[in-house]
Amino acid sequence: MRYRNIWSEVPPRKVIATPSRFRRGIGKYTVVVSDACNHCLKCVVVCPESVFRARGSKLEPPQDHLCLGIECSKKSNRCMANCPVSAIRVGVNPSVKALGDRRWTADLLMSTWRMAETGSLPKNDLEYRIGGSQGGFDRLRFAFPKRLPKPDLDKNDIDTSITLNRRNDACERIDIPIPVYGGGMSFGSISQVTMLSRIRAYAAWGSFCCTGEGGYPEILYPFDDHIITQVATGLFGVREETIQRVKIVEFKYAQGAKPGLGGHLLGDKVTPAVARIRETVPGSSLFSPFPFHSVYSVEDHKKHIDWIKTVNKRGLVSVKVSTPSDVDMVAVGSYYAGAHIVHLDGSYGGTGAAPDVAKKNIAMPIEYAIPKVHKFLVDEGIRDEICLIASGGARTAYDVAKAIALGADGVVTGTSDLVALECVRCHNCESGRGCARGIATTDAELVGLMDLEWGTRRIINMLWCWRDQLREILYRLGMRSIRELVGRTDVLAHLDYNSNVQDDDVREAIY
Amino acid sequence: MPKKYHIEVRPTPNRYPQIGRSGIVDWGEGCLKCPSCVKHECVYNVYRQRTFSAETNADTIDELCKDCFRCVQGCPKRLIHKALNPEWENLGDDVYTPEVVAANWEQAKTGKIPVSGAGYGGAFVGKGFDSMWTDMSEIVRPTRDGIHGREYISTVVDLGRRPANLRFDERGNLSTQPLPMVRVPIPVLFDIPAFGDMSSRVWHAVALAASELGTLAIIPQAEVEPLSDLRSWLVPLLETDGWDRKWIRQFRMVELADSSDTEERFDRIKRIDEGIIVSVRVPATVDAATRAWELTDHGVDIIHFVADERGYEPGVPDARHLKDVIRAQHGALVERGVRDEITVMASGGIAMAEHVIKSILCGANVVGIDLPLLLALECRLCRNCAEGGECPVRLSTIDPRWGAQRIVNLVGAWHNQCLEMMGAMGIREARRLRGEEGRVMFFEDLETDTFARLFKGREG
Repeated sequence: MRYRNIWSEVPPRKVIATPSRFRRGIGKYTVVVSDACNHCLKCVVVCPESVFRARGSKLEPPQDHLCLGIECSKKSNRCMANCPVSAIRVGVNPSVKALGDRRWTADLLMSTWRMAETGSLPKNDLEYRIGGSQGGFDRLRFAFPKRLPKPDLDKNDIDTSITLNRRNDACERIDIPIPVYGGGMSFGSISQVTMLSRIRAYAAWGSFCCTGEGGYPEILYPFDDHIITQVATGLFGVREETIQRVKIVEFKYAQGAKPGLGGHLLGDKVTPAVARIRETVPGSSLFSPFPFHSVYSVEDHKKHIDWIKTVNKRGLVSVKVSTPSDVDMVAVGSYYAGAHIVHLDGSYGGTGAAPDVAKKNIAMPIEYAIPKVHKFLVDEGIRDEICLIASGGARTAYDVAKAIALGADGVVTGTSDLVALECVRCHNCESGRGCARGIATTDAELVGLMDLEWGTRRIINMLWCWRDQLREILYRLGMRSIRELVGRTDVLAHLDYNSNVQDDDVREAIY
Repeated sequence: MPKKYHIEVRPTPNRYPQIGRSGIVDWGEGCLKCPSCVKHECVYNVYRQRTFSAETNADTIDELCKDCFRCVQGCPKRLIHKALNPEWENLGDDVYTPEVVAANWEQAKTGKIPVSGAGYGGAFVGKGFDSMWTDMSEIVRPTRDGIHGREYISTVVDLGRRPANLRFDERGNLSTQPLPMVRVPIPVLFDIPAFGDMSSRVWHAVALAASELGTLAIIPQAEVEPLSDLRSWLVPLLETDGWDRKWIRQFRMVELADSSDTEERFDRIKRIDEGIIVSVRVPATVDAATRAWELTDHGVDIIHFVADERGYEPGVPDARHLKDVIRAQHGALVERGVRDEITVMASGGIAMAEHVIKSILCGANVVGIDLPLLLALECRLCRNCAEGGECPVRLSTIDPRWGAQRIVNLVGAWHNQCLEMMGAMGIREARRLRGEEGRVMFFEDLETDTFARLFKGREG
């Protein structure tokens, strides 16, 4: 048998069913089978979603996260009605109330898990498009025309690719087949398995994933062509060699979750491996200062970009900034300094650890920043020469599409990837040994909770479902390409301003 | 440069178990007694640490559990569930939400600023202070790196009047008399809580904390006597009588509740000693502008606008939020050309560190905090005391030294959060924060510029 090293292999882009790595998935409904069960296995036959499975002649504990709900269970041809001993009870899962938060509601978490497991949308009534924040993306809806504008469009031909280098220069021409790439999460803040799962999934999709400010571990070398390396204020692990390895280099000026604040990796997470990659001392806390103390003006900013371009002549330069009131000026400044990508990170974005006061209060939400910057770039006449990427609060395929309709070219994700890996948003990434679910930790035992192949597949599956949703949205809008959607706020409606807004669910077309 | 202001925080444990957000519900019935039970594998050792508090009749697991859901997903018989704690859901009100209350408890316990992983999980926008974001600077006009101590950010503010101009005699010497002024190292004074299981011990804790922090505590005149050792840190809220020349001269600052004879009472105090700073307590309403002008013209040192405990105009239908009151009052004083002559203090509904910064950005010089002082002492905001009932945490029986350290911890954590926000704004001086609306983004403005521009008046 040929030896395969999956750690260095770009996996195939296809959906492979990948259920929860824990004993029981969390679902909206709970199915309880009482001791009265006589193992007649009728339920196994009648359930359309394989909630009931048999091992030999015995009924296994129900896979209740797949359950379609109480209504379904009561139908005459379904489980409850067909159980001869009335042993089956279907109800709402009481634990769900304790799950999630306003931005990532329990429904959103569970529907993302579903996408990561199956590559398709939930069949029950889980909300998969919006959260419960009551503003921004959560108040925007797609206003699909009542009649399909182009019914003959073949959905499989709808183009979801975007171009990252829109300047007519000598640097790499890069198109990515989905309008999404992975945002920076450093080695140290997440485990090596998590990091590689993300990178391999984005590589499978022909897209990119950013290293974050934690250096460039050797284990990533096989994926050089799908990696964005980050140069941030601490310059941890930044060497000439790491800049030359990649096609895209990202300058991180600020992070949406903690704009204007430095980063902080607690000493506990600085293991010998992390310290080696970052060229620091194990066990000692690491601070990324704020700001770049070598950049106090737009001229300094240009000097920075020139420095990267001198070291890596073909590479694209992305500038990641957060969203102050003058974000539009910053974007224009970055363009004139020579950046290819302006990456706006909105204030509700993710982080491994940040003061709550910063996450909530500093800088504006991305939903305001995108149209502001888009309009300014259009007015300046340079919109077509820059790639505008948004992040910081894009949780779903709908958020991606809305961000693009507001004026972005594409979106960067982070939290959604971790949710695909079964993050429950408990907000304890930073405490003690780190993530109890083995995602954002460097603790040897906890890291062992996740398998690389499993993690990779979960993210590939989620992105598959996202691509399908994007295509369906474009299909209903009569667009052949996601590029047609950029800045088309006319296809959106806002619940605070528009009445008679229609439901924009595309569920039935996708599963 | 003055010595750097530093607040000495010290972990100071709770007296009672904290109310947690969610609890674990587990059934013993049907348990398989697995040799490796998920309860023993808990990453946070919650099940090993759990105890039963006879005091509150509660299982401490609700306080310890961190919601990772591993045991819920791991139990083969599915005997473990999570549920929101009803006590948590009933905690506080719409301003002092359970999250706000619990965060203040935690800060009083540890003195550390709340830090968490993952992005913000709250609403897009809210009422009052939640409808504004502070700005930050990027690339140009760099921010300040205050929290890690590399750059000095000052939170000092001055209380008192400032002359509109300086006068010089014919020989060029200054002829303007310097006006009395008290300098406090943080823009936070302690104000009188609207309710609470108060006792001399509680007042003692508040006064001790004020002295340790170098700030001032406004305290009812009747409570001042036993605290005379700490008098330099006290601001008695004067009653109409019961004080004399000698007594009042002990204090650097006093406060009067606004009434029909405020001006006369003010004159009387100033005749005793011009050096005493006099603050006048005025209900925080948008319509109080004329009164503010009168008081300013009369020479009052500080106008203290007091909103209700939730931060709204007191006793007014359709009450507006303190932030709008401050903006209106600040604007009115600017318009009259007297803003720099007077100190404006705002209190009521200042529940979190960010509210300090936001109040000052809206135009206050300094804020007063009230209920957070009690939260530091574990107050549950149940308001039993207001109805003559018993306090669930027996606030009145505290050890004043324990209480003082809890308040110091809370203010220490708030101070660091203020530094973070000021650093991000690129502002190195709390005095320069006042009315700096250019460093604020108001929800209404962003909404008008963005979504109203794009969607208003369009068919859905």
